[in-house]
Amino acid sequence: MSLELKNVKKAYREPGGQQLPVLNIAEFKMKTGEQVVLVGSSGGGKTTLLNVIAGITAADEGDVVIGGTNVAKLSEPARDRFRAERIGYVFQTFNLLPAFTALENVLLGMSFGGQKADKARATDLLKQVGLSHRLHHKPAQMSVGEQQRTSVARALVNTPRLLLADEPTANVDSANQQNILDLLRKSCRDSGVSLLLVTHAPEVASQFDRVEKLSDFNRPQG
Amino acid sequence: MNLATISWKNIRQRSLASSLTTLSVALGVMLMVAVLVLVAILESTFSQRSINYDLIAGPKGDPLQLVLNTVYHVSPPIENLPYRFYQDLATDKRVEVAIPLAMGDVTEEGGFAIVGTIPEFFKIPYAPGKDHDFRIKGTEFYQPFDAYIGYRVAMENNWKVGSKLKLRHGGVAGDHVHDEEFTVVGIIAPTGLPHDKTVYVHLEGFYQIQGHDKPLKEAIKREREFYGEAPLSDDEMAAEIKKIEAKYGVHDHSHDHGHEGHDHGHSHETPIVQKEVTSILLSCRTPIAAQLLAAELKKGFKAQAVNPIFPMQKLMNDILGPIKQLLVVMSGLIVLVSGIGIFVSIYNSMSARRREIAIMRALGAQRRTVFGIILAESVILCVGGGLLGLLLGHGIVYFAAPFVEVRTGLIINPLTFEKTELILFPVLLLMSVLVGFLPGMAAYQTDVAESLST
Repeated sequence: MSLELKNVKKAYREPGGQQLPVLNIAEFKMKTGEQVVLVGSSGGGKTTLLNVIAGITAADEGDVVIGGTNVAKLSEPARDRFRAERIGYVFQTFNLLPAFTALENVLLGMSFGGQKADKARATDLLKQVGLSHRLHHKPAQMSVGEQQRTSVARALVNTPRLLLADEPTANVDSANQQNILDLLRKSCRDSGVSLLLVTHAPEVASQFDRVEKLSDFNRPQG
Repeated sequence: MNLATISWKNIRQRSLASSLTTLSVALGVMLMVAVLVLVAILESTFSQRSINYDLIAGPKGDPLQLVLNTVYHVSPPIENLPYRFYQDLATDKRVEVAIPLAMGDVTEEGGFAIVGTIPEFFKIPYAPGKDHDFRIKGTEFYQPFDAYIGYRVAMENNWKVGSKLKLRHGGVAGDHVHDEEFTVVGIIAPTGLPHDKTVYVHLEGFYQIQGHDKPLKEAIKREREFYGEAPLSDDEMAAEIKKIEAKYGVHDHSHDHGHEGHDHGHSHETPIVQKEVTSILLSCRTPIAAQLLAAELKKGFKAQAVNPIFPMQKLMNDILGPIKQLLVVMSGLIVLVSGIGIFVSIYNSMSARRREIAIMRALGAQRRTVFGIILAESVILCVGGGLLGLLLGHGIVYFAAPFVEVRTGLIINPLTFEKTELILFPVLLLMSVLVGFLPGMAAYQTDVAESLST
């Protein structure tokens, strides 16, 4: 699924009442099935950009067109539905629900996408990420690497067309870092999913054909 | 995974707080159910047309005491009426059936109420409904020292047909036990009425017990006083006594003498003047006849006839009604306080759960979905607590029934279900919605990006 940003602006209101511009992107494009890494300084708006693309945060202005749908023009419930059905999101801090087992966390991803809970598919995905022995473990009973792999399985469970990954390897050890990265890239490649991955780790960025520096196309003050 | 499952998972995650809040609702509902059921039993026991008779005739006094004593055997008799008065009523054209009752003693074993009556009593359905016909296992009740016993009496004293029993005078533990022995000739099948805890003895036998027939002189004096007749002079009294003794023979049991060698178990006829009754059950030929008779007695000398329904209704309205209201209000307040507890528990957990809510929203859950999840938690806790309380409430009634029965004589069906209980669940549902609304709104308004970044 292609992604196109046009004249996207986003500003936050500071406690004093002033506007703090974070995003001002004239244009950004990704082709269907493309894998792009986005690098940038901390506080540069990378997470905000992913949130705007995912429809978690509404852009103040501009168009966010994903596979022909302008997400920025959708109502909030429609954006939620679009996100649940078409977008996978892997967070830096995994964001698994502590009360749920690995399998339930993955099934939860399906619950909001209007799909019938497919236990077999969720189990299969967890097997693919090497967690067949952790299906019924809760996050607190798993290592950080296992938790992140669970979150990858959850992001993929709805067969999204765009996968957003916000520093997915930042909180895992170096041994698991490459595993997670390989898992994400291979999963996306195998199913033709576009991948936009945010990182500030050069060793991660160096593995991608297309590396975009956020500051090159985002001019919040301009 | 549906909303209820997600809510249930969250509840289990906070199992201690969830259990305690559910328990508090359960305790409130338990109290309310127990109160409703027990009051309903009291109401049905005391408010229904508890006996098939139109009137209860007794000495002048508190009508409630007369009914409680005659029907429920839970209050001391007011006084006694002359047997002649019973005969007058039995031959009154307005009266179809008149049954005399004599009370005051209890069994030596177990302290069960003794009621002296006539065999006709058992041939007439006692209370409305087929179940209240007397079903008796045993033989005919016709000899003066025959007795029928209720099934609880039989069970607790392990008495069977042929067992012998003695009477304790006056129903007081320290009082003397009469020497005369009655023989159980029948056991009354369970009725759910006070009969179950009563021993019925033949009225004739009751009078033949030492002390139950008044000394002739006193008996004549009392009867004349009752009818408002002029007192007899000493000579007239002596002549009257002589006349009665000539007719019935000398069988004065009231004098103080040694018991050895004296057979109190023999039977003989007691002079009518020496007989007294505690109350009289009356069936009249028409309702108007009953009203006329009651009005006539009200104006008259020393007796009254009351419709058994009215004093009991007054009791229910004046005493039990306000008590019921008070208890229901108190247990309602307990439920309300526990509802506030649920609110506090969920609301307090919201700040800790803001991130979880944000995760669900980031996964595509809509605002109304997370609102629904929080509301479902509240509903599960409130209604779950309500169901638990319902079971505990009936459980309490079930376990308390035997103790209440022993202490008060009230027969309680632990499976009694009060219709008002059905209102509890809509009320709990409404409460859960109110309780869950604010935390639900907090979830609804969660800023996803901000909550995920913290």
